[in-house]
Amino acid sequence: MHELAVAREIIDIVQGEMDRRGLRRIEAVALRIGALTGINADALTFGFEASVVDTPLAGAHLIIETMPVRAACRSCGKESEIEPYLFICPHCASSDLEIVQGEELDIDHLLGE
Amino acid sequence: MAKITKLIIQKKVLSKNDEIAANIRERLAKQKILALNLVSSPGSGKTSLLEKTLAEMGRDMRLAVIVGDVQTENDAARLRKAGGKRVEAITTDGACHLDAAMVEKALAKMNIADADVLFIENVGNLVCPSSYDLGEDMKVVLMSTAEGDDKPLKYPAMFRRSSVLVINKTDLLGQSDFDIEHAEKNARNINPDLRIFRMSCRTGEGLPEWYAWLKETSGSKKNS
Repeated sequence: MHELAVAREIIDIVQGEMDRRGLRRIEAVALRIGALTGINADALTFGFEASVVDTPLAGAHLIIETMPVRAACRSCGKESEIEPYLFICPHCASSDLEIVQGEELDIDHLLGE
Repeated sequence: MAKITKLIIQKKVLSKNDEIAANIRERLAKQKILALNLVSSPGSGKTSLLEKTLAEMGRDMRLAVIVGDVQTENDAARLRKAGGKRVEAITTDGACHLDAAMVEKALAKMNIADADVLFIENVGNLVCPSSYDLGEDMKVVLMSTAEGDDKPLKYPAMFRRSSVLVINKTDLLGQSDFDIEHAEKNARNINPDLRIFRMSCRTGEGLPEWYAWLKETSGSKKNS
C-alpha cells in the first residue's frame, strides 16, 4: 500500500509550510481525498501517525474529508453523484461523463500555531 | 501561547511527483517518444507482452523499456534476453509503485534519444500505481483470464485512468469461470473509451493487432 509514501509526502509539504510561515506546532492536517484515488483513510492515518513521531509535526492528527465521485454528463448536461464503479449518468444513462469530483488528493488546510 | 489558527494550503499531496512527471512528459514530447505505462496485478503478463513485442517488433521499431520490480532484476534479464537493447531496471526495494522520480533517474542512465516507444513496466499492483503520474502518454492495463472478470469493478481507478486494456491468456478461456464478454462489459462500464485487445502471448492471438496499434500510435506521436 502506498499510504505510507503518501503520508511522508504530506509531512514534507507541511514541514515546508511550517518553515515558510514560522509555525511552531501543528494540531491537525485537513485532507480532501476523492473516492476514486484508492487511498484507504485508516491506512493513511496509521502511516501518518507512525511517521510524525520525531518530526516537527509530532502530535498532529489528520482530518480526512472523503469526496464522493461527481460527474457532469455531456449528453444531458446534468451533474450528479455516481458510484465509483458505475460511470453512467443516473438521469439519462449516458456514459459520456466528465469526472468533476472524486480524484482529489489534496491538503486543504492546517490547524497550527 | 499563540492561538491555533486555520491556514488554507490547498496543495496537491503528490505535487512534487506531478512536477517531475510534467518534466518527463515535456522531454518525451520534444523527442517524440511514445511513453506507455504498463500496469496490472502480478502475473497478468506485462513482461511476457514486452518480451514478445521486443522480439517481434525490435527490428521495425526502436523500443526502450524501464522495468520496475519490488525485488530482483529478473524481468530486466528476461527482456534483454528477448532482444531488448535499451532496458533499465528499477528495484523499488519494497515500494509498491513506481514514481516519477524513479523514472527520471532511470532515464538519466539511458540513451533513448532515437527511440520510438518507451515502455514503463510498473510494479504488479492495481491500486497504488494509479496515483502516480510517470509522464506517460497513456496507461495500458492488463488483466488475464486467470483472474476474476470483475477486476475492473474492483479497481475502477486504474481502469478509468487507462486508455488501453489487454485481456491476456485467452488460450486459457474455458479453463476457468472467466467470462470475457462480462469482463469487457465491466471494463466499459468504468471506461467506455478503452481500446481493448484480446490476447494470448503464448499462442500469439491478438499480437498483430497490438503491433499495428503500436506502430500507428507511435506514428501519430512522431507527427505531432
